[in-house]
Amino acid sequence: MSFYMVEFAYSLHQKGEREIKMRKQVYIYRSFERFWHWTQAFLIFFLAATGFEVHGSFVFFGYQNAVEYHNVAAYAFIILIAFAIFWHFSTGEWKQYLPTFSNIKAQINFYLVGIFSNAPHPTKKTVLSKLNPLQRLVYFALKVLVIPVMVISGLLYMFYRYPQKGGMAGLNLDSVEPIALFHTAGAFALIAFIVVHLYLITTGHKPTTNLKAMITGYEEIEEDDTEKTAAPKEETKAETIEK
Amino acid sequence: MKKIVIILVVFFLAIVSAVLFLRTNETQQPLTVQLKEKYSKKHIPSVDHSKFTSLQKNFAHPQEVTEACITCHTERHKEVMKSNHWNWEREEYVKGRGIIHIGKKNAINNFCIGVEGNEQSCAKCHVGFGMTEALSGYTDSTNIDCLVCHDNSETYAKGSEMGGAPDPGVDLAKVAQNVGKPKRTNCGVCHFFGGGGNNVKHGDLEKAMFEPSKEVDVHMASEGVNMSCVDCHTSENHMMKGKMYSLSSMNRNRSSCEQCHTESPHEASILNEHTLKVACQTCHIPVYAKVNATKTEWDWSTAGQLKNGEPFEIDDKDGNHTYLSIKGSFTWGKSLKPEYIWFNGTADHYLLGDTVSDTSKVLKINTLNGSYSDPESKIIPVKVHRAKQPYDPVTKMLIQPKLFADKKGEGALWKDFDWVRASDIGMTEVGLPFSGKYTFINTEMTWPVNHMVSTRELTVNCIECHSRNESRLAGLTDFYMPARDYSSIIDSSGKWIVILSILGVFLHGGVRIFSASKRRKGN
Repeated sequence: MSFYMVEFAYSLHQKGEREIKMRKQVYIYRSFERFWHWTQAFLIFFLAATGFEVHGSFVFFGYQNAVEYHNVAAYAFIILIAFAIFWHFSTGEWKQYLPTFSNIKAQINFYLVGIFSNAPHPTKKTVLSKLNPLQRLVYFALKVLVIPVMVISGLLYMFYRYPQKGGMAGLNLDSVEPIALFHTAGAFALIAFIVVHLYLITTGHKPTTNLKAMITGYEEIEEDDTEKTAAPKEETKAETIEK
Repeated sequence: MKKIVIILVVFFLAIVSAVLFLRTNETQQPLTVQLKEKYSKKHIPSVDHSKFTSLQKNFAHPQEVTEACITCHTERHKEVMKSNHWNWEREEYVKGRGIIHIGKKNAINNFCIGVEGNEQSCAKCHVGFGMTEALSGYTDSTNIDCLVCHDNSETYAKGSEMGGAPDPGVDLAKVAQNVGKPKRTNCGVCHFFGGGGNNVKHGDLEKAMFEPSKEVDVHMASEGVNMSCVDCHTSENHMMKGKMYSLSSMNRNRSSCEQCHTESPHEASILNEHTLKVACQTCHIPVYAKVNATKTEWDWSTAGQLKNGEPFEIDDKDGNHTYLSIKGSFTWGKSLKPEYIWFNGTADHYLLGDTVSDTSKVLKINTLNGSYSDPESKIIPVKVHRAKQPYDPVTKMLIQPKLFADKKGEGALWKDFDWVRASDIGMTEVGLPFSGKYTFINTEMTWPVNHMVSTRELTVNCIECHSRNESRLAGLTDFYMPARDYSSIIDSSGKWIVILSILGVFLHGGVRIFSASKRRKGN
């Protein structure tokens, strides 16, 4: 297996060498986007670790600590989400996540067949369209379904009122059970997402291309005359978006 | 742009640290310090009873002492005669039954079953003298036993089977001159020995509580705050706060932890949230019967075996009776984990004369009401005492047998070992029919555990309840509790989705690596 790994890496390297002249460094992930991405990544891992301890899956932090850390991380996550929403709307980046069904078949074909024969990516990555159709679909589902379910069920979990006295019976919920079950289901969905997401990072031009891009913000992108892609300076790019 | 990011990061961290700071900075607990100071103060009596001439004489009868008390404390006897310590009953409202009068006087339990017919022996723990017959019509105030509760000389003792009169060896003048606020010994002499022996009934009230260590009881520890019973069980006009739901029914006049500690005594709000649904005792009394064993099972059906015509006893290695010819077989338990129930402060009772048709179910002698969805209910720790006790299969009633008599031939079970005759006399005495047939049915009594509060370090941990397999609350299934409960559908499908994702990723990755190497070889 390790033999194949070396071969694989080498072949990709060669492929990169061959094509590098036609590609250009493009500033694709801006600093807030990267900050948001990595903070979110850390928080999701931390929330998963503490959350599954609260769920009774294992003992690590200690139960009370797990609950308290989970709550603090949850607030942090909500604040982060608030900033991210603001950023997405103020920059217009939210449009990146609008699902599109054109090319979706080609994209599926690429992951199922083409990727093994070194076929080119069916969709080109540009500053205005960073996500391929499958990514758009999955991230869209995350943003409108999974994350809201987690936030809403999480807040209800925190502020859930037991059947209690005190004159606000209307606010009482009979049971935390449905809340907890939605929250757990969402957690499993997020973990499955992370597994696949971590793997798909390696399907870029080179196995490390996507990772580097999310760290530095820069990625080599194929030049295309018909579309204005290169915008190494932020100012230029901002203008492009405004147009 | 960089500036904005830096501002955002700083702002973000500021919020997170503020949240953390505010959470941990609630750590001030002057309340417990204040309470420690308050209850460590030694009580200084306002009078010295030995200086009163009316007490400096030889008392021929204990009633003369009471008369002497009343000459100064002119109204107190009226208070005592209204109290349940005297009446052995309270007026209670029970849903479905209406107003009932219940107390030691007429209640049935699954230890020695009941008082009626056995007064002369049981009166050893009554605050009066001369209780040779039934309690009703017992109205002579000079029969009040002031001394049993107020003796501070620790020399007073009631005689056995004397209807509540003091032991003839007691120096009444000495005791009368040394009266004061009740001490642990005054309460403990009865309340620690209920059921006919140390710790038989309660499990959390026993002779170790005379001088407990901090591990046994953090409040009463002699080397600690050294609190007495009446520090919590305060009284007003001889009405004590607190009662036991083996006899009580209504949610009133309860002695509680909150009366000193408030409803939110913890540093961590996550713990204070628990107090809404979990009683203090649930976490703070991890085990009871810490020093000496308590009775957990009592099987009356084996009573009456004789050796050479004589009753006998079998003891375990700790000296606890495991068999007595007069009472049957027992099981004892030490350092027990309580059982847990929902409780809203109200209880129902089996009352003499109630008929029970379904004997396949365990009969609850007392039923403590409550459920998760009841806003008044909290989870409390309880001792459950299980028994097999006599039952009339024809009248469908529990049997109150006559147990005690001075001598053989009077039909008492403990002398003559004849269930039919003892049942007949006993039931006649309480005015109920007896068919002549008897059998034994399974019964249960629930005793809330309120004492033997442990130190903070020994408090029940989160995961002793919030746990999949060994939750202390495994028996309370009417609510969802994190870590204990889960949906097996969601958990197993969730696990499989994650496992399949991992497998899929490895398969896909493997094929990529394999095909890449093949391509390279092809080149």
